[in-house]
Amino acid sequence: MNELKELYQEVIFDHNRNPRHFGKLAHASCHAEGFNPLCGDKVSVYLRLDDRGVIEDVGFDGSGCAISVATASLMSETLVGKTRAEAEALFERFHSMMMGEEAGGDAAALGKLEVLSGVKEFPSRIKCATLAWHTLLAALKEEQDRGSVSTE
Amino acid sequence: MVTEMSSSRPKIDPPRPAFDVERIRADFPALRQTVHGRPLVYLDNAASAQKPSRVIETVRRYYTDDYANVHRGLHYLSERASDAFEAARGKVRAFLNAREDREIVFVRGTTEAINLVASSFGQAHLKAGDEILITEMEHHSNIVPWQLLGERLGTVLKVAPVNDAGELLMDEFERLLGPRTRLVAVTHVSNALGTINPVERIIELAHARGARVLIDGAQSAPHAAVDVQALDCDFYAFSGHKLYGPTGIGALYGKRELLESMPPYQGGGEMIREVSFTRTTYAELPFKFEAGTPHIVGAIGLGAAIDYLREIGLDAVARHESELLDYATPRLREIPGLRLVGTAARKAGIASFLLDGVHTHDVGTILDRHGVAVRAGHHCTMPLMTRFGVSGTTRASFALYNTRAEIDVLVEAIRQAQELFRR
Repeated sequence: MNELKELYQEVIFDHNRNPRHFGKLAHASCHAEGFNPLCGDKVSVYLRLDDRGVIEDVGFDGSGCAISVATASLMSETLVGKTRAEAEALFERFHSMMMGEEAGGDAAALGKLEVLSGVKEFPSRIKCATLAWHTLLAALKEEQDRGSVSTE
Repeated sequence: MVTEMSSSRPKIDPPRPAFDVERIRADFPALRQTVHGRPLVYLDNAASAQKPSRVIETVRRYYTDDYANVHRGLHYLSERASDAFEAARGKVRAFLNAREDREIVFVRGTTEAINLVASSFGQAHLKAGDEILITEMEHHSNIVPWQLLGERLGTVLKVAPVNDAGELLMDEFERLLGPRTRLVAVTHVSNALGTINPVERIIELAHARGARVLIDGAQSAPHAAVDVQALDCDFYAFSGHKLYGPTGIGALYGKRELLESMPPYQGGGEMIREVSFTRTTYAELPFKFEAGTPHIVGAIGLGAAIDYLREIGLDAVARHESELLDYATPRLREIPGLRLVGTAARKAGIASFLLDGVHTHDVGTILDRHGVAVRAGHHCTMPLMTRFGVSGTTRASFALYNTRAEIDVLVEAIRQAQELFRR
C-alpha cells in the first residue's frame, strides 16, 4: 500500500481537485489535442508565447484520471516563463523520470513535478502522466511549423 | 427450481449436488497466486478467463507427444494430430448443438469470425445500399468490420439504440429492420454492461424480414448453454480464451448452405482442392475457410476447455454466476457515490460502475493494489460509453471460480479507494 501513498500524494489530490490553468486560453499562439485511445483520456494544451518565444501563459482542458489532470496542472504551472528550449528540456527530464532513468543535469529543475516520480512504479499509468507532455510538444511543433511557413 | 408437490408420501429431496466452488478453484493454478502481497481476486473474466489444469495439461501433452501438422501427413503423428484436431471440432459442434461438424470453422477468435462473415458473406450477398443492423452496445469488433465493408461495397450501417438501463429498445430495433436490411449483427451479452439481449426475438423478427443474423457470442458462450439450432441463428461466433481455453482460437458457426454460398476468406494451403496457375478450386467445408496451418493445439485445448465446462454443466455455471451478481449488485449499490452503469432486467455476471470523484483508472490502480483485477476503461465500446456520457467505467466480471468472499474484497477495496481520495 505504500506505493499507493507514493503515487497519490497530497499535491496530486490538490491539483486534481483544483487544477491550475484549467480552461481554454484566450489569444493562444498555438494549441494541440492529446488523446489516449487505450483509456479515452483527452487533454488539450493551449500556449501563448511572446515575440522571444517565452511562454507567457498556459491553459489546458479535457478529462482524465487524477494522475493525468494533476500532471497537466503541475506542468502548466511550471511552464510559465520558460522558453521553448527550456520547455523541451523539461519534457526530456520528466520523460526520463517516468522511465526510471537517471535524470541528467539539474534534477531539481523539475521542481514540484517531482511528486509524480511515484508513477514510474505503475507502468500502466505512465501514459497518464505523459499525455499532457506529448500534447505540449505537439502544440510547440504546431507553432514552430506555422512560424516557419509564415517566414517563407 | 422445481418443487415436487404431487409426491404421495413425504420425502426429503436429495440435495442438488452443490456447486463446489472451492474444488473448481483448485483446478485453476493461476488463482493460487498473490498480487502485491494480497490473494489474487480475478474479476476481469470478460476480458479473458484463467485456464484450468485440464487445458494447460492438454496443451502440454499435445506439444510433447502428439504434435504434427494436420490433414496432410501420412505418418503416425500427423494422423494422431489430425484426429485430435477434428475431434475438437466435434466438441465445438456438440457444445453449440450445431447439426454438422463442417458448420464449425476454426478462427482466431470472435473478431476474426466477424471479419470473415463481413468479408465473405458481404462479397457473396451484399451490395451498395444494403443495410446491416447492429446495436448501440456492440464491441468495436462488431462495428468496425461493417464500416470497412461499407467503405468497400457501399453498404449502410444502422444502429439500434438502448435505453438508460442498457437494454435494447426493441421498438426502435423493429423500426430499423427495413426492407433493405440484409444482416443483423448483434451481441448476445454486452461485454460492457452485462445486458442479455433477447436474441430469440431478434432472430425471429429478422428472419421474418428476410435478414440473416450473426450472434456475437464472445460473452455468452462461457456463461450459459447455447443451442444454435434452437436459436436458428445464421452465424454464431465465440472466442476460446474467454471460455477457459487458449488464446488465438475460436469458432464461427454458420449454417451449411450459407457457408457453401460464400467465397473463401483467405487463400493458401489447406483451403484448396486443386491449384493451377489458371484455375484453383476450393476445398469442402469447413476447410475452405481455414487457409494455412491452423492453431492445432489451440483447437485441441479449446476442446479440453469445453469438456471441462460440460462436466460442470453450463446450467450450474449460469446459476452460480447469477447468484454472484445477485450478491454483488445490492452491495455495490449501497456504496455511497457508486453508480452502476447497465441495470438491465436480464443481466449476465458483469458489474460496470462509476465512483463519484474517482476516475476509473485510479479505481483500477487502487483495486489492483488490493489484489483485485478489474478492467477500467471503455471496454472497446466507445459509442456505448458516449451514449452514457462517460469516457469509461470500472468493470468487474464474474466467472465460475469466483466467490462471494471475493466480492466482499472488491467492495472493501472500492471503499478504500474512496477513503484515499477523500483525504
